Amino acid sequence: MSTSTNQFAIDSGIAPAIEPERYEFSSPSLHQFELARRDFFKILGSGIAIFAIAKDAAALQETAPGPRIQPPQMPKEITAWLHIGEDGTVTAFTGKVEVGQNARTSLTQSVADELRVPFSTVRMVMGDTELTPFDMGTFGSRTTPAMVPQLRRVAEAARNILIEAAAKQWNVPAANLKAANAKVTDPAAKKFLTYAELAQGKTLAQLLPEADPITPPSEWTVAGQPLPKVHARDFVTGKHQYTTDLRPENLLYAKILRPPSFGATLASCDAKAASALPNVTVVVDGNFVGAAAPAEAQAERALAAIRAQWKESPQKVSDREIFDHLKQNASPESDSRREKQQKGSLTEGLSNAAHKLESSYTVAYIAHAPLEPRAAVAEWRDNKMTIWTGTQRPFAVRTEVANALRIPESNVRVIVPDTGSAYGGKHTGDAAVEAARLAKAANRPVKLVWTREEEFTWAYFRPAGLIEVKSALDASGKLTAWEFHNYHSGSSAIETPYDVANQLIQYHSVPLILRCGSYRGLAATANHFARETHMDEVARAAKLDPLEFRLSNLSDQRLRAVLEAAAKKFGWPPKKLKEGQGFGIAAGTEKGSYVATCVEVISDAKANKLQVVRLVTAFECGAIVNPNGLRNQVIGANIQGLGGALFESIQFENGRIKNPHFATYRVPRFHDLPQIEAVLLDRKDIPSAGAGETPIMAVAPAAGNALFDATGIRRRSMPFTLDT
Amino acid sequence: MSQSFQLQINGQHQSVQADPDAPLLAILRDHLGLTGSKYGCGEGQCGSCTVLLDGAPRRSCVTPVSAAAGKSITTIEGLEESGRLHPVQQAFLDAEAFQCAYCTSGMIMSSVALLKQNSNPTQSEIEQALQGNICRCGTHPRIIEAVQKAAQASREQRS
Repeated sequence: MSTSTNQFAIDSGIAPAIEPERYEFSSPSLHQFELARRDFFKILGSGIAIFAIAKDAAALQETAPGPRIQPPQMPKEITAWLHIGEDGTVTAFTGKVEVGQNARTSLTQSVADELRVPFSTVRMVMGDTELTPFDMGTFGSRTTPAMVPQLRRVAEAARNILIEAAAKQWNVPAANLKAANAKVTDPAAKKFLTYAELAQGKTLAQLLPEADPITPPSEWTVAGQPLPKVHARDFVTGKHQYTTDLRPENLLYAKILRPPSFGATLASCDAKAASALPNVTVVVDGNFVGAAAPAEAQAERALAAIRAQWKESPQKVSDREIFDHLKQNASPESDSRREKQQKGSLTEGLSNAAHKLESSYTVAYIAHAPLEPRAAVAEWRDNKMTIWTGTQRPFAVRTEVANALRIPESNVRVIVPDTGSAYGGKHTGDAAVEAARLAKAANRPVKLVWTREEEFTWAYFRPAGLIEVKSALDASGKLTAWEFHNYHSGSSAIETPYDVANQLIQYHSVPLILRCGSYRGLAATANHFARETHMDEVARAAKLDPLEFRLSNLSDQRLRAVLEAAAKKFGWPPKKLKEGQGFGIAAGTEKGSYVATCVEVISDAKANKLQVVRLVTAFECGAIVNPNGLRNQVIGANIQGLGGALFESIQFENGRIKNPHFATYRVPRFHDLPQIEAVLLDRKDIPSAGAGETPIMAVAPAAGNALFDATGIRRRSMPFTLDT
Repeated sequence: MSQSFQLQINGQHQSVQADPDAPLLAILRDHLGLTGSKYGCGEGQCGSCTVLLDGAPRRSCVTPVSAAAGKSITTIEGLEESGRLHPVQQAFLDAEAFQCAYCTSGMIMSSVALLKQNSNPTQSEIEQALQGNICRCGTHPRIIEAVQKAAQASREQRS
């Protein structure tokens, strides 16, 4: 019924300059600790509460190396908190979110383990800007290395408080008491008090300024076990409520009018007819045109009644010329020390070489295509906006919504229901902002679920990239020179893990063509594809076994260990037993974990048909928190990696996406499955690293190397786009 | 224009007022609150919305409500019997054949339909039956394992 015209601008699809790998970083807003503590017991009732404060800014998981964040800007912030209620209920709080990577389960295990309570008694509150501590976001494989220790610290402190409370009550030294199974026991006196009994009548809050020792992996009892996913039953019965499933009362359904091409602006818009439709709210604001109605079909009819004219100014470059474009448009600013790493003398390394090789590699833009599209439910009540949305960055979305609506952040609450996957694709709050704008105008709850076409078009992509490599080898098979240039796709894992005395490694940024952002193993996948394909090319040129060649140039023991484990399981060196058979190997390290993958393919004589028949991946990420969840992540990343290797590619022209459907953007399906095995190396002596990303990296180069072994034809572009 | 349709959903009679070409998925989710069937693409390409019509798997996002009237409709919510999971649900749970689990309802419905037709499917028959269902998390090997386990459990139950 209403047409709103106040100031509101929405990103029409082109983001500003990117930060390599960490595109979406922005300054965090300060969390108000005093307020939180005051409210804390109101929300949860009496009991014992522990708040962990990062020892220094660098210890905050949010400050994981990112050049834009300077320590003085970081809040002296709480990273996690935990509450033990008078009934013994344990509730732990973290700003991290669950998007299918099974963090809810692994974090629950870690809290239960450290607090010495049964797994089933811990409730984890995640990703709610009103209830959980500030968090930069769930990305970069940071949940396990950064959040697990924080939660363990608060659990450990809570355990000590309970032991001390019991010691005081019994008037015995705390050192004589033991905590186990949600009880503090005096073994000598054979008596115990439950945590519930000890928490009764207390409203005790304690800050944790210093890092306390936490239980080492060798002594874990609940962590380290292959425990089932928390709330697993709700997922096989359809009971779990994703954002898309929420149905508050008086709900309206939203539809957004999208521009015909990226960068188009609204020249004129006549929404009178649409606004006159019964029960319809239309908003035209800047380049935003949206409608909300009690049924989705009604909102669609309203959009159809709007007459909009767009001024288009699409980029001329298409997916066919993109790689030349990237080379020609590299920013001269990339030549800074941060983007360029040099070692030894490249000239010297090249001059004494027995073999020299130069090749270039490309990776296409690809989409995350999470099965649950971007979606949000927004409710405007008492001047406050509450939003349920599947995002990896609830606090950033809160800022985005507050800025877009010009309301204070304290009037915005973002809640993240456990989400239908993300893979790095849900960092932004586009759907949240759109739903919020309509909800504010309609003064009723609004749900927006992006269509698959919107998802493929208006989300962001993994950037395309061009990588040029030059290398040299001496007569004994040692690498003597390594030159590596990445254009556009990012600098993560750009360094070679191999021992090379003379190196030049450089990342060249290029202004965006398509809107780009994070992705599972974003630039690491591109850099590993180029490096590990090139390593195979060098080995073949020198007539060396690809595994032996790698090992003879590698002193990193953890990388050697995964290579050897994968090779052993796979049976390397393999023997060709049939026509068209080929074998490939690749390996790498990123974000503190290590991967090696071996692949067997069958190809036809013309080398344009390929079947990946077997895949073995060895993976090591320090001490394993949950081998069950880890296996799912490793195998899942491998299968997703096959998509990027074999056929996933976004096609675009004139500012339009040409294949915005699952019928034209091919993702791995059951027929694409190889026989697949994961070897998980458990290093209890090494702190746990994240595992969501690294296992994807070696799939494409191993498959490409196998294809070369089978056919003699080298594939230097991802995807290979063969008939599979 | 809006019409009245008589639907038989999970053994219960439901009357809904809807456009004849309204997708069954929207009726299930928005009118009846049966949100276990998911919207993944709206184009019949991903299988997240799979329900059974007279026992056969159908993409409810591209099935007009008029085509579902008079047929027996089964959704994920209709599989449990007096608190007991269907053998396929139990097998998915036991194998933990999901990660984000957004595809799980559709995978389970397609698998239930397969096992009705074929009590002892080969791996290749399972792959064929589930080819239209996308799992973006890459949990396919466990899904195959779950279907095999469910087939075995169902056979044992019968014998």
